[in-house]
Amino acid sequence: MNDGSSVAWDEGESEPGAGALDVGGITVRFGGLTALDDVSLSAARGQVTGIIGPNGAGKTTLLNVLCGFVRPQAGSIAFEGKELTRLRPHQLARHGIARTLQGIGLFRGLTVAENVMVGANGSARAGFFAALFGTPWSDRDEQRLRRRAIEALDRVGAADLADDLPGELAHGQRKRVALARALVAEPRLLLLDEPASGLDEGELPEVGALIGELAGSATVVVIEHRMDLMMSICQRIFVLDFGKVIADGTPAQVQADPAVTAAYLGAERESAADG
Amino acid sequence: MQEFIEFTLGGLASGIIYSAIALSLVLIWRGTRVLNYAQGGMAMFTTYVALTVINDTGGNYWLGFLAALAAGFALGAVLERGVVRPTVGKPPLNSVIVTIGILIFIEGLAGIIFYNGQSASFPPAYSIVSLKVGSIALGVSWNDVFTAAAVLAAAVLLAALFRYTTVGLRLRATAFNASVSRLLGVRVGRVLTLGWALAGLIGALAGVLVTPTTFLNPNSMDAIFVLGFTAAVIGGLDSPVGAIVGGLVLGVVLSYVGGYLSADLIELAGLAALVLVLMFRPSGLFAPTAVRRV
Repeated sequence: MNDGSSVAWDEGESEPGAGALDVGGITVRFGGLTALDDVSLSAARGQVTGIIGPNGAGKTTLLNVLCGFVRPQAGSIAFEGKELTRLRPHQLARHGIARTLQGIGLFRGLTVAENVMVGANGSARAGFFAALFGTPWSDRDEQRLRRRAIEALDRVGAADLADDLPGELAHGQRKRVALARALVAEPRLLLLDEPASGLDEGELPEVGALIGELAGSATVVVIEHRMDLMMSICQRIFVLDFGKVIADGTPAQVQADPAVTAAYLGAERESAADG
Repeated sequence: MQEFIEFTLGGLASGIIYSAIALSLVLIWRGTRVLNYAQGGMAMFTTYVALTVINDTGGNYWLGFLAALAAGFALGAVLERGVVRPTVGKPPLNSVIVTIGILIFIEGLAGIIFYNGQSASFPPAYSIVSLKVGSIALGVSWNDVFTAAAVLAAAVLLAALFRYTTVGLRLRATAFNASVSRLLGVRVGRVLTLGWALAGLIGALAGVLVTPTTFLNPNSMDAIFVLGFTAAVIGGLDSPVGAIVGGLVLGVVLSYVGGYLSADLIELAGLAALVLVLMFRPSGLFAPTAVRRV
């Protein structure tokens, strides 16, 4: 019953040096529905690891488990050898983990720069009273965060948007800002939830190049159903279907796997049709 | 003309108090979507703290003033952490009942600790004799000027805190989206506690400033709370600027009602204003309607 996923797990274990992120045997049930069934995978540092699968395969649930939004009924998560299974969302940043959201999740009333500054706030030093009485320290802190925010925006090519409100931006620009907000904390593990959703074909190569660049300094895990993008940016891909890992390997291996073709055929046509 | 000036300025003077109460309600509403029905009771309690300190220090008003602010800050923080926090994420009725419970508890506690069967009078900071230009009475006193200056200064400091500091950034981010803030490493719980503490401080300020014009007893802030709430609703509950403006508008309107019609109608007019705003502009007079989301 768990053939596919346990094979994936074994491979992950047996690869020497792999596994900055090691996920083992994750099972999540919502009522009677099993959303994830004994899912295991690993992601190596300096690589982009993809998780693909048709809609409803459990991709987003898996990401929610990784960042503590959903508690799995069974399984373990370790990052850089540290056990993170009981992690709560606000502790992510402290462990060097950042995530982007499918719905982007920018703060509507904050400027782009301020949105990104919130992402860096874990390193803000000024306490409440220092801030309340406007001591120089709190002022410097604010300035420092702003500088870092602008740098992060610059990395994603959005520095010129710093003073705009999210509502004024195009979808693709908002995606970049959300990415900058995840980057500014200098995460060692970056979880990207559908970074290409809603982008048009012309924007994909740039996003792909950007994600590849990010892997230089972090372990990157991407969830996406745009196969074309995933095939070009991922070094390793895990395929989920009905809550189980049905295949994993290099993009070429995965593409050649008949189980994947069977599970993915409909969805691939669909995504080709969107693009 | 003389009357008009007197009623207008007098209205602004009482309106700024409604503004302060409204501001404290807005601070909590923005951060937690909780309407704090205990805000008036908390302000009453901290004013008793001020009165006790003033009496114990041989009449030092400013020590009492600072004690009230400190007590308001602490009371807000303790209540949020202790009894309001467990209602987060539960149906809204839970927090309504909890804050009403806090109100009843605080009023009972004040009755036991401070109340001896008689309302106390609370000293003003400055003279309450009406100022005059030539022979024209302005309807406001130095104490009213101080009251307005204190509330506006508090509002400006708050605005600066929100706008220019990293703590303020976290407060704003959490108000817009708590779960995303949490994901970004913001300690949302602490931020909410701070929001309540600041609201407690502003409420305490309002209590100390308004009580010289009323008397102090365990229920003395109830009517002022209702008017402060009305001001917050007029301003749109989400907008600090709206709260200030709403309080001033309400104060002036009620002053005209009291002056030109009858003083007996003031509270009735306040409630009528509340009902009218809720019926016709439930998101407040100043909220752009496009902002509303389901």
